Amino acid sequence: MSTATHAFTDSATMLRRQLRHMLRYPTLTLTAAGVPVVFLLLFVYVLGGILGSGLGGPSGGRDAYVNYVVPGVILMTAATAAQGTAISVAIDMTEGIVARFRTMAIARVSVLTGHVLGSLAQTLLSMAIVTGVALLVGFDPTAGFGEWLGVIAVLVLIIFALTWLSVALAIMAKSVAAASNMLTPLMILPMMGSGFVPTDSMPGELKWFADYQPFTPFIETLRGLLMDTPIGNNAILAIGWCTLITLGGYLWARKLYNREPTQ
Amino acid sequence: MTTDLGHPALAATAVRKAYGDHVVLGGIDLDIPTGSVFALLGPNGAGKTTLVQILSTLIRADAGEMRVAGHDVVRDPDAVRAAIGVTGQFSAVDGFLTGEENLLLMADLHHLPRRERRQCATDLLARFDLVDAARKPAVTYSGGMRRRLDLAMTLVGRPRVIFLDEPTTGLDPRSRRTMWEIIRGLVVNEGVTIFLTTQYLDEADQLADRIAVLHQGKLVAQGTAEELKRQVGGGHITLRFTDARGHDYAARTLDVVSRNDEALTLKVSSQGTCGRCAHCWTGSTAPRSPWTNSRSTPPISTTSSSR
Repeated sequence: MSTATHAFTDSATMLRRQLRHMLRYPTLTLTAAGVPVVFLLLFVYVLGGILGSGLGGPSGGRDAYVNYVVPGVILMTAATAAQGTAISVAIDMTEGIVARFRTMAIARVSVLTGHVLGSLAQTLLSMAIVTGVALLVGFDPTAGFGEWLGVIAVLVLIIFALTWLSVALAIMAKSVAAASNMLTPLMILPMMGSGFVPTDSMPGELKWFADYQPFTPFIETLRGLLMDTPIGNNAILAIGWCTLITLGGYLWARKLYNREPTQ
Repeated sequence: MTTDLGHPALAATAVRKAYGDHVVLGGIDLDIPTGSVFALLGPNGAGKTTLVQILSTLIRADAGEMRVAGHDVVRDPDAVRAAIGVTGQFSAVDGFLTGEENLLLMADLHHLPRRERRQCATDLLARFDLVDAARKPAVTYSGGMRRRLDLAMTLVGRPRVIFLDEPTTGLDPRSRRTMWEIIRGLVVNEGVTIFLTTQYLDEADQLADRIAVLHQGKLVAQGTAEELKRQVGGGHITLRFTDARGHDYAARTLDVVSRNDEALTLKVSSQGTCGRCAHCWTGSTAPRSPWTNSRSTPPISTTSSSR
Protein backbone atom coordinates (compact mmCIF):
# COMPACT_ATOMS: atom_id res chain seq x y z
CA MET A 1 0.00 0.00 0.00
CA SER A 2 1.20 3.50 -0.70
CA THR A 3 1.71 6.08 2.03
CA ALA A 4 -1.38 7.98 0.92
CA THR A 5 -3.64 4.92 1.25
CA HIS A 6 -2.04 4.24 4.63
CA ALA A 7 -2.78 7.77 5.75
CA PHE A 8 -6.38 7.31 4.67
CA THR A 9 -7.00 3.88 6.27
CA ASP A 10 -5.15 4.83 9.45
CA SER A 11 -7.17 8.03 9.78
CA ALA A 12 -10.36 6.01 9.26
CA THR A 13 -9.25 3.61 12.00
CA MET A 14 -8.55 6.49 14.36
CA LEU A 15 -11.92 8.05 13.49
CA ARG A 16 -13.64 4.77 14.40
CA ARG A 17 -11.82 4.91 17.72
CA GLN A 18 -13.17 8.40 18.40
CA LEU A 19 -16.71 7.50 17.35
CA ARG A 20 -16.59 4.51 19.69
CA HIS A 21 -15.60 6.82 22.56
CA MET A 22 -18.49 9.09 21.61
CA LEU A 23 -21.06 6.28 21.54
CA ARG A 24 -19.80 4.79 24.80
CA TYR A 25 -19.86 8.10 26.62
CA PRO A 26 -22.81 10.12 25.28
CA THR A 27 -22.32 12.54 28.18
CA LEU A 28 -19.40 14.03 26.21
CA THR A 29 -21.80 15.13 23.49
CA LEU A 30 -24.48 16.22 25.96
CA THR A 31 -22.00 18.29 27.97
CA ALA A 32 -20.94 20.14 24.84
CA ALA A 33 -24.61 20.94 24.19
CA GLY A 34 -25.44 21.63 27.83
CA VAL A 35 -23.72 24.98 28.35
CA PRO A 36 -25.13 26.59 25.18
CA VAL A 37 -28.62 25.32 26.02
CA VAL A 38 -28.39 26.90 29.48
CA PHE A 39 -27.23 30.18 27.91
CA LEU A 40 -30.04 29.99 25.37
CA LEU A 41 -32.68 29.55 28.08
CA LEU A 42 -31.15 32.25 30.30
CA PHE A 43 -30.92 34.80 27.52
CA VAL A 44 -34.32 34.06 26.04
CA TYR A 45 -36.37 33.80 29.24
CA VAL A 46 -34.47 35.96 31.72
CA LEU A 47 -33.04 38.70 29.52
CA GLY A 48 -34.90 38.20 26.24
CA GLY A 49 -37.92 40.40 26.98
CA ILE A 50 -35.80 43.50 27.41
CA LEU A 51 -33.00 42.67 24.96
CA GLY A 52 -35.55 41.93 22.25
CA SER A 53 -37.16 45.32 22.59
CA GLY A 54 -33.73 46.91 22.24
CA LEU A 55 -33.22 45.31 18.82
CA GLY A 56 -35.47 47.92 17.26
CA GLY A 57 -37.30 45.54 14.96
CA PRO A 58 -41.04 45.73 14.16
CA SER A 59 -42.10 42.95 16.59
CA GLY A 60 -39.52 43.21 19.40
CA GLY A 61 -39.65 41.40 22.70
CA ARG A 62 -38.79 37.81 23.52
CA ASP A 63 -39.90 36.34 20.17
CA ALA A 64 -37.60 38.61 18.20
CA TYR A 65 -34.74 37.94 20.56
CA VAL A 66 -34.90 34.12 20.13
CA ASN A 67 -34.39 34.56 16.42
CA TYR A 68 -31.54 36.98 17.02
CA VAL A 69 -29.59 34.93 19.58
CA VAL A 70 -29.73 31.42 18.12
CA PRO A 71 -26.79 31.79 15.62
CA GLY A 72 -24.55 32.99 18.48
CA VAL A 73 -25.63 30.12 20.69
CA ILE A 74 -24.96 27.58 17.92
CA LEU A 75 -21.44 28.99 17.60
CA MET A 76 -21.00 28.82 21.33
CA THR A 77 -21.56 25.08 20.87
CA ALA A 78 -18.59 25.00 18.50
CA ALA A 79 -16.52 26.52 21.28
CA THR A 80 -17.69 24.18 24.05
CA ALA A 81 -17.20 21.19 21.76
CA ALA A 82 -13.69 22.41 20.90
CA GLN A 83 -12.98 22.37 24.61
CA GLY A 84 -14.10 18.72 24.70
CA THR A 85 -11.74 17.96 21.82
CA ALA A 86 -8.88 19.64 23.61
CA ILE A 87 -9.53 17.55 26.69
CA SER A 88 -9.61 14.26 24.80
CA VAL A 89 -6.43 15.13 22.85
CA ALA A 90 -4.71 16.11 26.09
CA ILE A 91 -5.74 12.80 27.69
CA ASP A 92 -4.21 10.94 24.76
CA MET A 93 -1.01 12.97 24.92
CA THR A 94 -0.51 12.47 28.64
CA GLU A 95 -1.17 8.71 28.52
CA GLY A 96 1.16 6.14 27.03
CA ILE A 97 -1.06 5.44 24.03
CA VAL A 98 0.49 8.15 21.87
CA ALA A 99 3.97 6.76 22.55
CA ARG A 100 2.64 3.44 21.29
CA PHE A 101 1.25 5.01 18.11
CA ARG A 102 4.54 6.80 17.55
CA THR A 103 6.53 3.55 17.62
CA MET A 104 4.20 1.91 15.09
CA ALA A 105 4.56 2.10 11.32
CA ILE A 106 1.39 4.15 10.83
CA ALA A 107 0.68 7.51 9.25
CA ARG A 108 1.74 9.85 12.04
CA VAL A 109 -0.85 12.55 11.68
CA SER A 110 -3.70 9.99 11.60
CA VAL A 111 -4.09 10.21 15.39
CA LEU A 112 -4.88 13.90 15.02
CA THR A 113 -7.07 13.54 11.93
CA GLY A 114 -9.06 10.91 13.82
CA HIS A 115 -9.64 13.38 16.63
CA VAL A 116 -10.63 16.19 14.29
CA LEU A 117 -13.07 14.10 12.23
CA GLY A 118 -14.54 12.56 15.37
CA SER A 119 -15.04 16.01 16.85
CA LEU A 120 -16.67 17.21 13.66
CA ALA A 121 -19.33 14.51 13.98
CA GLN A 122 -19.73 15.11 17.70
CA THR A 123 -20.00 18.89 17.36
CA LEU A 124 -22.59 18.67 14.59
CA LEU A 125 -24.62 16.36 16.82
CA SER A 126 -24.35 18.78 19.75
CA MET A 127 -25.40 21.63 17.47
CA ALA A 128 -28.41 19.62 16.30
CA ILE A 129 -29.45 19.21 19.94
CA VAL A 130 -29.04 22.95 20.59
CA THR A 131 -30.99 23.82 17.45
CA GLY A 132 -33.71 21.37 18.50
CA VAL A 133 -34.09 23.10 21.86
CA ALA A 134 -34.09 26.49 20.10
CA LEU A 135 -36.97 25.39 17.86
CA LEU A 136 -38.88 24.29 20.97
CA VAL A 137 -38.50 27.70 22.63
CA GLY A 138 -39.78 29.58 19.63
CA PHE A 139 -36.91 29.88 17.14
CA ASP A 140 -38.55 30.41 13.76
CA PRO A 141 -36.01 30.46 10.91
CA THR A 142 -36.90 31.59 7.42
CA ALA A 143 -34.29 29.25 5.85
CA GLY A 144 -35.36 26.82 3.14
CA PHE A 145 -33.60 23.58 2.18
CA GLY A 146 -30.80 25.32 0.27
CA GLU A 147 -30.11 27.74 3.12
CA TRP A 148 -29.95 24.88 5.61
CA LEU A 149 -27.35 23.15 3.43
CA GLY A 150 -25.45 26.42 3.42
CA VAL A 151 -25.69 26.60 7.22
CA ILE A 152 -24.25 23.09 7.55
CA ALA A 153 -21.43 23.89 5.12
CA VAL A 154 -20.49 27.05 7.02
CA LEU A 155 -20.66 25.22 10.34
CA VAL A 156 -18.42 22.42 9.04
CA LEU A 157 -15.81 24.98 7.99
CA ILE A 158 -15.96 26.73 11.36
CA ILE A 159 -15.81 23.48 13.36
CA PHE A 160 -12.86 22.33 11.29
CA ALA A 161 -10.99 25.54 12.01
CA LEU A 162 -11.72 25.64 15.73
CA THR A 163 -10.98 21.93 16.15
CA TRP A 164 -7.54 22.07 14.53
CA LEU A 165 -6.75 25.09 16.66
CA SER A 166 -7.86 23.31 19.82
CA VAL A 167 -5.82 20.20 18.89
CA ALA A 168 -2.70 22.36 18.61
CA LEU A 169 -3.44 24.14 21.88
CA ALA A 170 -4.08 20.81 23.61
CA ILE A 171 -0.73 19.36 22.52
CA MET A 172 0.99 22.53 23.68
CA ALA A 173 -0.81 22.45 27.04
CA LYS A 174 0.92 19.30 28.39
CA SER A 175 -1.83 18.65 30.94
CA VAL A 176 -5.55 18.00 30.75
CA ALA A 177 -6.51 20.86 33.05
CA ALA A 178 -4.38 23.37 31.16
CA ALA A 179 -5.84 22.21 27.84
CA SER A 180 -9.35 22.73 29.16
CA ASN A 181 -8.57 26.23 30.48
CA MET A 182 -6.86 27.31 27.30
CA LEU A 183 -10.10 26.95 25.33
CA THR A 184 -12.30 28.88 27.74
CA PRO A 185 -11.77 32.29 26.04
CA LEU A 186 -13.25 30.77 22.90
CA MET A 187 -16.61 30.53 24.67
CA ILE A 188 -16.63 34.23 25.48
CA LEU A 189 -15.88 35.32 21.90
CA PRO A 190 -19.44 34.91 20.54
CA MET A 191 -20.57 37.32 23.30
CA MET A 192 -17.89 39.82 22.41
CA GLY A 193 -19.17 39.87 18.86
CA SER A 194 -22.61 40.17 17.34
CA GLY A 195 -23.85 36.94 18.96
CA PHE A 196 -26.01 38.30 21.78
CA VAL A 197 -26.46 41.99 21.02
CA PRO A 198 -25.68 44.12 17.91
CA THR A 199 -22.13 45.51 17.99
CA ASP A 200 -23.53 49.02 17.45
CA SER A 201 -24.61 49.11 21.07
CA MET A 202 -21.05 48.55 22.34
CA PRO A 203 -18.60 51.28 23.46
CA GLY A 204 -15.78 52.38 21.10
CA GLU A 205 -12.84 49.98 21.49
CA LEU A 206 -15.01 46.98 22.30
CA LYS A 207 -17.10 47.68 19.20
CA TRP A 208 -13.92 47.81 17.13
CA PHE A 209 -12.83 44.42 18.52
CA ALA A 210 -16.30 42.94 18.07
CA ASP A 211 -16.49 44.08 14.46
CA TYR A 212 -13.14 42.63 13.48
CA GLN A 213 -12.93 39.36 15.43
CA PRO A 214 -13.74 36.18 13.44
CA PHE A 215 -16.90 35.24 15.34
CA THR A 216 -18.80 38.28 14.06
CA PRO A 217 -18.60 37.33 10.34
CA PHE A 218 -19.30 33.69 11.37
CA ILE A 219 -22.44 34.78 13.22
CA GLU A 220 -23.58 37.28 10.57
CA THR A 221 -23.21 34.67 7.81
CA LEU A 222 -25.15 32.14 9.81
CA ARG A 223 -27.81 34.70 10.76
CA GLY A 224 -28.14 35.72 7.12
CA LEU A 225 -28.72 32.14 6.02
CA LEU A 226 -31.13 31.33 8.86
CA MET A 227 -33.09 34.59 9.16
CA ASP A 228 -32.55 36.17 5.75
CA THR A 229 -30.69 39.20 7.13
CA PRO A 230 -28.13 40.90 4.82
CA ILE A 231 -24.82 38.97 4.69
CA GLY A 232 -22.70 41.43 2.72
CA ASN A 233 -19.02 40.57 2.69
CA ASN A 234 -19.33 38.51 5.89
CA ALA A 235 -19.43 35.19 3.99
CA ILE A 236 -16.09 35.94 2.31
CA LEU A 237 -14.61 37.07 5.63
CA ALA A 238 -15.89 33.94 7.38
CA ILE A 239 -14.42 31.62 4.72
CA GLY A 240 -11.14 33.55 4.87
CA TRP A 241 -10.91 33.29 8.65
CA CYS A 242 -11.77 29.57 8.53
CA THR A 243 -9.10 28.83 5.94
CA LEU A 244 -6.52 30.79 7.87
CA ILE A 245 -7.31 29.21 11.25
CA THR A 246 -7.57 25.69 9.79
CA LEU A 247 -4.25 25.95 8.01
CA GLY A 248 -2.50 27.56 10.95
CA GLY A 249 -4.00 25.11 13.46
CA TYR A 250 -3.18 22.09 11.29
CA LEU A 251 0.43 23.06 10.61
CA TRP A 252 1.01 24.05 14.22
CA ALA A 253 -0.58 20.84 15.57
CA ARG A 254 1.46 18.70 13.18
CA LYS A 255 4.66 20.45 14.13
CA LEU A 256 3.98 20.07 17.85
CA TYR A 257 3.01 16.42 17.43
CA ASN A 258 6.11 15.52 15.43
CA ARG A 259 8.35 17.27 17.89
CA GLU A 260 10.27 14.88 20.11
CA PRO A 261 8.66 14.11 23.41
CA THR A 262 10.83 15.65 26.11
CA GLN A 263 11.51 13.83 29.32
CA MET B 1 11.84 -12.29 7.38
CA THR B 2 14.47 -14.79 8.45
CA THR B 3 17.35 -13.03 6.73
CA ASP B 4 18.68 -11.69 9.97
CA LEU B 5 19.31 -15.09 11.50
CA GLY B 6 22.90 -15.12 12.59
CA HIS B 7 22.96 -11.34 12.57
CA PRO B 8 22.41 -9.45 15.77
CA ALA B 9 18.80 -8.40 16.36
CA LEU B 10 20.07 -5.18 17.81
CA ALA B 11 23.46 -3.56 17.46
CA ALA B 12 24.51 -0.16 18.72
CA THR B 13 27.80 1.67 18.91
CA ALA B 14 28.67 4.78 20.85
CA VAL B 15 25.11 5.95 21.47
CA ARG B 16 25.06 9.33 23.17
CA LYS B 17 22.30 11.54 24.44
CA ALA B 18 22.41 14.67 26.52
CA TYR B 19 19.77 17.17 27.61
CA GLY B 20 21.72 20.41 27.81
CA ASP B 21 24.66 19.81 30.12
CA HIS B 22 23.11 16.70 31.56
CA VAL B 23 24.59 13.62 29.90
CA VAL B 24 21.97 10.86 29.97
CA LEU B 25 23.80 8.30 27.84
CA GLY B 26 27.55 8.59 27.55
CA GLY B 27 28.48 6.15 24.78
CA ILE B 28 26.56 2.87 24.83
CA ASP B 29 27.61 -0.23 22.84
CA LEU B 30 25.24 -3.16 22.47
CA ASP B 31 25.18 -6.41 20.54
CA ILE B 32 22.13 -8.57 21.10
CA PRO B 33 21.79 -11.89 19.24
CA THR B 34 18.48 -12.82 17.61
CA GLY B 35 16.21 -14.92 19.81
CA SER B 36 17.78 -13.91 23.11
CA VAL B 37 16.63 -11.93 26.12
CA PHE B 38 18.71 -8.93 27.06
CA ALA B 39 18.17 -7.14 30.35
CA LEU B 40 19.27 -3.61 31.02
CA LEU B 41 19.58 -3.24 34.75
CA GLY B 42 19.83 0.02 36.60
CA PRO B 43 18.27 2.31 39.18
CA ASN B 44 15.80 5.10 38.43
CA GLY B 45 17.36 7.85 36.38
CA ALA B 46 20.16 5.66 35.03
CA GLY B 47 19.01 6.32 31.45
CA LYS B 48 17.22 3.03 30.77
CA THR B 49 14.03 4.57 29.42
CA THR B 50 15.98 7.06 27.30
CA LEU B 51 17.88 4.21 25.65
CA VAL B 52 14.64 2.33 24.95
CA GLN B 53 13.08 5.50 23.51
CA ILE B 54 16.07 6.00 21.21
CA LEU B 55 16.19 2.39 20.01
CA SER B 56 12.42 2.34 19.44
CA THR B 57 12.56 5.53 17.28
CA LEU B 58 10.68 7.67 19.79
CA ILE B 59 13.52 10.14 20.28
CA ARG B 60 16.77 10.78 18.45
CA ALA B 61 20.24 10.12 19.81
CA ASP B 62 22.85 12.88 19.58
CA ALA B 63 25.37 10.43 18.14
CA GLY B 64 25.86 6.73 17.52
CA GLU B 65 25.11 3.95 15.03
CA MET B 66 22.11 1.74 15.70
CA ARG B 67 20.54 -1.14 13.82
CA VAL B 68 17.40 -2.88 14.99
CA ALA B 69 16.18 -5.99 13.14
CA GLY B 70 18.64 -5.15 10.40
CA HIS B 71 17.39 -1.59 9.82
CA ASP B 72 19.12 1.66 10.58
CA VAL B 73 17.24 3.44 13.36
CA VAL B 74 18.02 6.95 12.13
CA ARG B 75 17.79 6.48 8.36
CA ASP B 76 14.90 4.04 8.17
CA PRO B 77 12.72 4.50 11.28
CA ASP B 78 9.57 3.19 9.58
CA ALA B 79 11.22 -0.15 8.76
CA VAL B 80 12.33 -0.39 12.40
CA ARG B 81 8.80 0.48 13.59
CA ALA B 82 7.35 -2.28 11.43
CA ALA B 83 9.67 -4.81 13.08
CA ILE B 84 9.39 -3.84 16.74
CA GLY B 85 6.86 -3.84 19.53
CA VAL B 86 7.13 -1.55 22.52
CA THR B 87 5.52 -1.86 25.93
CA GLY B 88 6.45 1.28 27.77
CA GLN B 89 6.63 2.00 31.45
CA PHE B 90 3.31 3.79 31.39
CA SER B 91 0.25 1.91 30.34
CA ALA B 92 -0.34 2.39 26.61
CA VAL B 93 -3.91 1.16 26.38
CA ASP B 94 -7.01 3.15 25.47
CA GLY B 95 -8.91 3.17 28.75
CA PHE B 96 -12.22 4.12 27.11
CA LEU B 97 -12.17 1.05 24.87
CA THR B 98 -12.67 -2.55 26.00
CA GLY B 99 -9.78 -5.01 25.97
CA GLU B 100 -11.11 -6.56 22.79
CA GLU B 101 -11.55 -3.19 21.07
CA ASN B 102 -8.00 -2.23 22.01
CA LEU B 103 -6.70 -5.37 20.29
CA LEU B 104 -8.89 -4.80 17.23
CA LEU B 105 -7.60 -1.23 17.05
CA MET B 106 -4.05 -2.59 16.90
CA ALA B 107 -5.08 -5.16 14.28
CA ASP B 108 -6.54 -2.37 12.13
CA LEU B 109 -3.43 -0.25 12.50
CA HIS B 110 -1.35 -3.22 11.37
CA HIS B 111 -3.69 -3.55 8.38
CA LEU B 112 -4.58 -7.16 9.12
CA PRO B 113 -7.21 -8.68 6.81
CA ARG B 114 -10.76 -8.61 8.23
CA ARG B 115 -11.03 -12.25 9.15
CA GLU B 116 -7.57 -12.43 10.69
CA ARG B 117 -8.10 -9.44 12.96
CA ARG B 118 -10.91 -11.06 14.94
CA GLN B 119 -9.01 -14.33 15.23
CA CYS B 120 -5.93 -12.48 16.37
CA ALA B 121 -7.85 -10.64 19.10
CA THR B 122 -9.59 -13.81 20.29
CA ASP B 123 -6.30 -15.73 20.47
CA LEU B 124 -4.51 -13.02 22.40
CA LEU B 125 -7.38 -12.55 24.86
CA ALA B 126 -7.28 -16.27 25.62
CA ARG B 127 -3.51 -16.40 25.85
CA PHE B 128 -3.32 -13.46 28.25
CA ASP B 129 -6.21 -14.64 30.41
CA LEU B 130 -8.42 -11.69 29.53
CA VAL B 131 -11.45 -13.50 28.09
CA ASP B 132 -13.73 -12.62 31.03
CA ALA B 133 -12.73 -8.97 30.89
CA ALA B 134 -12.74 -8.73 27.08
CA ARG B 135 -15.93 -6.66 26.93
CA LYS B 136 -15.11 -4.34 29.82
CA PRO B 137 -13.48 -0.92 29.37
CA ALA B 138 -9.76 -1.05 30.14
CA VAL B 139 -10.11 1.67 32.80
CA THR B 140 -11.73 -0.93 35.02
CA TYR B 141 -8.76 -3.32 34.77
CA SER B 142 -6.33 -4.02 37.60
CA GLY B 143 -2.64 -3.12 37.18
CA GLY B 144 -1.72 -6.66 36.21
CA MET B 145 -4.53 -6.95 33.67
CA ARG B 146 -3.58 -3.62 32.10
CA ARG B 147 0.01 -4.77 31.68
CA ARG B 148 -1.15 -8.02 30.12
CA LEU B 149 -3.42 -6.16 27.71
CA ASP B 150 -0.60 -3.75 26.98
CA LEU B 151 1.75 -6.61 26.08
CA ALA B 152 -0.96 -8.39 24.09
CA MET B 153 -1.42 -5.18 22.04
CA THR B 154 2.31 -5.10 21.41
CA LEU B 155 2.16 -8.63 20.00
CA VAL B 156 -0.59 -7.98 17.44
CA GLY B 157 1.85 -7.04 14.70
CA ARG B 158 4.07 -10.08 15.37
CA PRO B 159 7.13 -7.98 16.19
CA ARG B 160 10.56 -9.58 15.90
CA VAL B 161 12.15 -7.38 18.53
CA ILE B 162 10.18 -6.45 21.64
CA PHE B 163 11.11 -3.66 24.03
CA LEU B 164 9.75 -4.00 27.54
CA ASP B 165 10.43 -0.98 29.72
CA GLU B 166 10.13 -2.10 33.34
CA PRO B 167 7.40 -4.63 32.57
CA THR B 168 6.75 -5.59 36.19
CA THR B 169 7.31 -2.37 38.12
CA GLY B 170 4.34 -1.82 40.41
CA LEU B 171 2.88 -5.30 39.97
CA ASP B 172 2.07 -7.61 42.86
CA PRO B 173 4.24 -10.75 43.19
CA ARG B 174 1.69 -13.01 41.52
CA SER B 175 1.13 -10.76 38.50
CA ARG B 176 4.88 -10.41 38.31
CA ARG B 177 5.39 -14.16 38.05
CA THR B 178 2.63 -14.39 35.43
CA MET B 179 4.40 -11.72 33.42
CA TRP B 180 7.69 -13.63 33.66
CA GLU B 181 5.99 -16.79 32.38
CA ILE B 182 4.57 -14.84 29.44
CA ILE B 183 7.94 -13.32 28.56
CA ARG B 184 9.67 -16.69 28.70
CA GLY B 185 6.95 -18.14 26.49
CA LEU B 186 7.52 -15.47 23.87
CA VAL B 187 11.14 -16.39 23.41
CA VAL B 188 10.56 -20.12 23.38
CA ASN B 189 7.47 -20.16 21.15
CA GLU B 190 8.05 -17.27 18.79
CA GLY B 191 11.79 -16.84 18.73
CA VAL B 192 11.56 -13.10 19.27
CA THR B 193 14.34 -11.02 20.71
CA ILE B 194 13.54 -9.21 23.92
CA PHE B 195 15.14 -6.06 25.25
CA LEU B 196 13.90 -5.44 28.76
CA THR B 197 14.79 -2.89 31.38
CA THR B 198 14.41 -3.52 35.05
CA GLN B 199 15.41 -2.25 38.46
CA TYR B 200 15.40 -5.75 39.91
CA LEU B 201 18.36 -8.06 39.69
CA ASP B 202 16.21 -11.13 40.36
CA GLU B 203 14.06 -10.26 37.35
CA ALA B 204 17.07 -9.93 35.08
CA ASP B 205 18.46 -13.12 36.56
CA GLN B 206 15.19 -15.00 35.97
CA LEU B 207 14.68 -13.92 32.39
CA ALA B 208 17.79 -12.74 30.67
CA ASP B 209 20.50 -14.50 28.72
CA ARG B 210 22.66 -11.45 29.06
CA ILE B 211 22.53 -8.56 31.49
CA ALA B 212 24.08 -5.12 31.25
CA VAL B 213 24.24 -2.73 34.17
CA LEU B 214 23.59 0.90 33.34
CA HIS B 215 24.85 3.41 35.83
CA GLN B 216 24.82 7.17 35.21
CA GLY B 217 24.63 6.72 31.45
CA LYS B 218 27.40 4.13 31.11
CA LEU B 219 27.36 0.37 30.91
CA VAL B 220 29.44 -0.53 33.93
CA ALA B 221 29.18 -4.31 33.61
CA GLN B 222 27.97 -6.77 31.01
CA GLY B 223 27.64 -10.53 30.83
CA THR B 224 25.55 -13.50 31.90
CA ALA B 225 24.07 -13.47 35.38
CA GLU B 226 26.82 -15.82 36.58
CA GLU B 227 29.59 -13.70 35.12
CA LEU B 228 28.20 -10.59 36.72
CA LYS B 229 27.93 -12.18 40.13
CA ARG B 230 31.59 -13.22 39.91
CA GLN B 231 32.62 -9.71 38.89
CA VAL B 232 30.93 -8.04 41.80
CA GLY B 233 31.85 -10.60 44.41
CA GLY B 234 33.17 -7.93 46.76
CA GLY B 235 29.70 -6.81 47.83
CA HIS B 236 28.33 -6.77 51.34
CA ILE B 237 25.04 -7.62 52.95
CA THR B 238 23.71 -5.75 55.93
CA LEU B 239 21.78 -7.87 58.36
CA ARG B 240 19.46 -6.07 60.75
CA PHE B 241 18.36 -7.89 63.91
CA THR B 242 15.28 -7.50 66.00
CA ASP B 243 16.90 -8.62 69.26
CA ALA B 244 20.33 -8.37 70.82
CA ARG B 245 20.69 -12.08 71.41
CA GLY B 246 20.33 -13.02 67.75
CA HIS B 247 22.65 -10.18 66.84
CA ASP B 248 25.32 -11.40 69.22
CA TYR B 249 24.97 -15.02 68.18
CA ALA B 250 25.26 -14.18 64.50
CA ALA B 251 28.22 -11.90 65.14
CA ARG B 252 30.09 -14.83 66.64
CA THR B 253 29.09 -17.29 63.92
CA LEU B 254 29.58 -15.29 60.70
CA ASP B 255 32.57 -13.62 59.05
CA VAL B 256 31.63 -10.14 60.10
CA VAL B 257 33.10 -7.16 58.27
CA SER B 258 31.71 -4.67 60.78
CA ARG B 259 29.09 -4.59 63.51
CA ASN B 260 26.93 -1.93 65.06
CA ASP B 261 25.63 -2.88 68.48
CA GLU B 262 23.27 0.05 68.82
CA ALA B 263 21.43 -0.44 65.50
CA LEU B 264 21.75 -4.23 65.86
CA THR B 265 23.25 -4.60 62.39
CA LEU B 266 26.06 -6.72 60.99
CA LYS B 267 27.84 -6.23 57.70
CA VAL B 268 28.94 -9.54 56.17
CA SER B 269 30.62 -10.54 52.91
CA SER B 270 28.11 -11.53 50.25
CA GLN B 271 30.12 -14.56 49.14
CA GLY B 272 29.21 -17.92 50.54
CA THR B 273 27.33 -16.39 53.41
CA CYS B 274 23.95 -17.93 52.85
CA GLY B 275 24.66 -21.39 54.12
CA ARG B 276 26.04 -20.02 57.33
CA CYS B 277 23.20 -17.53 57.64
CA ALA B 278 20.78 -20.41 57.47
CA HIS B 279 22.78 -22.29 60.10
CA CYS B 280 22.81 -19.22 62.28
CA TRP B 281 19.10 -18.82 61.95
CA THR B 282 18.38 -22.42 63.00
CA GLY B 283 20.88 -22.07 65.78
CA SER B 284 19.13 -19.07 67.19
CA THR B 285 16.28 -19.74 69.56
CA ALA B 286 14.37 -16.64 68.57
CA PRO B 287 10.75 -17.61 67.80
CA ARG B 288 10.56 -15.54 64.62
CA SER B 289 13.04 -14.55 61.99
CA PRO B 290 15.75 -12.75 63.89
CA TRP B 291 16.77 -10.45 61.10
CA THR B 292 15.55 -8.64 58.09
CA ASN B 293 17.77 -8.33 55.12
CA SER B 294 18.49 -4.96 53.58
CA ARG B 295 20.83 -4.01 50.80
CA SER B 296 24.07 -2.06 50.83
CA THR B 297 26.88 -1.03 48.46
CA PRO B 298 26.99 -1.72 44.74
CA PRO B 299 23.51 -2.03 43.32
CA ILE B 300 23.74 -5.75 42.72
CA SER B 301 25.34 -6.97 45.91
CA THR B 302 22.29 -8.62 47.36
CA THR B 303 22.43 -11.68 45.14
CA SER B 304 23.26 -14.16 47.82
CA SER B 305 19.83 -14.04 49.42
CA SER B 306 18.49 -17.58 49.33
CA ARG B 307 18.24 -18.89 45.80
